[in-house]
Amino acid sequence: MNSDEGVKKARTDWETRLSENEKKSPPRPVRFTTLSDMEVPLLSTPDDLKAEGFDYLRDVGFPGEYPFTRGVQRNMYRGKLWTMRQFAGFASAKETNQRFKLLLAQGQTGLSTAFDMPTLMGYDADSPRSKGEVGKCGVAVSSLVDMEELYAGIPLDKITTSMTINAPAIIILMMYFAVAEKQGVPRDKVRGTLQNDILKEYIAQKEWIIPVRPAVELVTDTIEYSSKHYPNWNSVSISGYHIREAGATAVQELAFTIADGLAYVDEALKRGLKVDEFAPRLSFFFDVHNDFFEEIAKFRAARRIWAKLMRERYQAKDPKSWMLRTHAQTAGVSLTAQQPYNNIVRVAVQAMAGILGGTNSLHTNSMDETLALPTDEAVMIALRTQQIIAEESGVANVVDPFGGSYFMESLTNRVEREALEYIRKIDEMGGMIAAIERGFPQAEIANSAYHYQRQLETKEKVMVGVNKYQAEEKKRTIDTLYIDRAVEKNQIQRLVELKKSRSAAAHAEAMRHVHEGAKDGINLCGPIFEAVKAFATLQELCDTLRAVHGEYREAGSF
Amino acid sequence: MSATETKTTAKAAGKVRVLVGKPGLDGHDRGAKVIARALRDAGFEVIYTGLHQTPEMIINAAVDEDVHVIGLSILSGAHNALVPDVIAGVKKAGLTDALFLVGGIIPDEDIPLLKKAGVHMVFTPGATLTAVVDYIHQNAPKRA
Repeated sequence: MNSDEGVKKARTDWETRLSENEKKSPPRPVRFTTLSDMEVPLLSTPDDLKAEGFDYLRDVGFPGEYPFTRGVQRNMYRGKLWTMRQFAGFASAKETNQRFKLLLAQGQTGLSTAFDMPTLMGYDADSPRSKGEVGKCGVAVSSLVDMEELYAGIPLDKITTSMTINAPAIIILMMYFAVAEKQGVPRDKVRGTLQNDILKEYIAQKEWIIPVRPAVELVTDTIEYSSKHYPNWNSVSISGYHIREAGATAVQELAFTIADGLAYVDEALKRGLKVDEFAPRLSFFFDVHNDFFEEIAKFRAARRIWAKLMRERYQAKDPKSWMLRTHAQTAGVSLTAQQPYNNIVRVAVQAMAGILGGTNSLHTNSMDETLALPTDEAVMIALRTQQIIAEESGVANVVDPFGGSYFMESLTNRVEREALEYIRKIDEMGGMIAAIERGFPQAEIANSAYHYQRQLETKEKVMVGVNKYQAEEKKRTIDTLYIDRAVEKNQIQRLVELKKSRSAAAHAEAMRHVHEGAKDGINLCGPIFEAVKAFATLQELCDTLRAVHGEYREAGSF
Repeated sequence: MSATETKTTAKAAGKVRVLVGKPGLDGHDRGAKVIARALRDAGFEVIYTGLHQTPEMIINAAVDEDVHVIGLSILSGAHNALVPDVIAGVKKAGLTDALFLVGGIIPDEDIPLLKKAGVHMVFTPGATLTAVVDYIHQNAPKRA
């Protein structure tokens, strides 16, 4: 008898004894499923993997090598710990600049900028649409003046910056490049990441300005421009985070994100770029939710799917084009307003999953983020959580310790298989842009969100402190950050002064070039770069795009 | 069936009409859509405004649909600025008995302010669909 048959027989024998056992102590009367409702086995053994045709070298291989299941670096966190990058932004540029400096002083290694709702939607602080929103969910940036203040005293050749903005991303990027230019930083020293993933806006986050197709053209403009002029800038951070937070399952998050990535690759190829010229600068951003194994499997499957698609479908030759480098953020949606200190534990578990999944960068949420923007103290606990995992837990010493686990490899295969099935469906629809126009990913996510909410109502899924183990709580016991309405007034005042002090002639000339460029369909990075330096405001530029392309409207279906 | 026919049938059947609105700029519509669907499943007639609505847009929709209940979902922190405008506008337009609900991330200290502005109930994260449905059953205005 060879060893495979030995395992098989031993397992059958064991199962007989198990069912004897279970007569006395039956399994708890629940469905054993992942958070995304996949049933999981009690136990996995080598014969499970054998039945799936598992091949170590083909499916897993070695870290830093195709298909990167085990991670994108050969020595992973022994060489360099993941980047601890806490998302921050609130009130004015000046206040956010102070939070940045605090985080850098506490050992954070990269910046991550959150913009307020008006900025994300392409409105200046003085627009009637901005009423009550200025500086609330992020920092207000209406012009280059704000951008300079935001990064004042921070050397942009030493720090990498991530900017979470999408619909007006091209404008914010040109402002950032203008600040770097003023600091005298050489173009190849400018490092960081622009989120710039407009497709997931239509799918999930819903911060859009113009219709899908011209909006994707703007993304492609920045891919083309930065691949030529800013070789170390990550032009798009293809994001599953918002898709997951909107209610998608882990598989949907993975599939829709990869399908978005494929759409950007297709568009850049249509411009005549070569895949290896831009693909190495595409990066990713995933959610890390509560289900520990499912999340680790998702990260492992993501790297394998992307590597295979880039090599096989697009014939990319540069291994950097095959690598899925990713940022991760713990799941905001998993945090509870009830018993908020419990959130510290949730974040720690999620962070651990992200790290064991091999993320390259991580944001840990603060315990108070379901109530308001985080306080300095809450942010510090979140950062310390990462530092404890990195320096005390020992998990950073070993590469992909779950690699080879019968259960984990089998789960990774399953997540990959189900995601590929979605990607096939989307390909058949004509790719993600067409799928979005049909409302396909939007409807799939809404269905999953409703299904999960129903499961919470019936208590099939548990949220501790919310639908189980509730406690009578006195008034809230933690402090929260409050944004003063004065921020709005000050921002408006700054705009009034800016519009008075800038050169009207230079501004008008630069705006004319942007308008003509938008009509002619040329790459808008150059004209916008000149316009922001002439102190054109964010909204002035977005209004130009609105005038040329119209505004996007979504049918209010549910 | 056209939209007008739906409305007439619902009105004839004496259904409670609920407007689910998303004022302001935030795009977090998971909660609004889940609530809208749950209310529809519970037998209410639901009108969902879609995203990024100004107070004026919501007021007009509420009046056009002659709704009994207006539920506003906000997760951006702009509730103190936007909710009072909606309520004042709806009342001014003649829907004086409408029930006003707010859902989203609303700090405790803002709840008294919202109630003073005319909000009947605020549902914060963790509120169950059943709680929202029951509240509307018990408190929606009865109209002849």
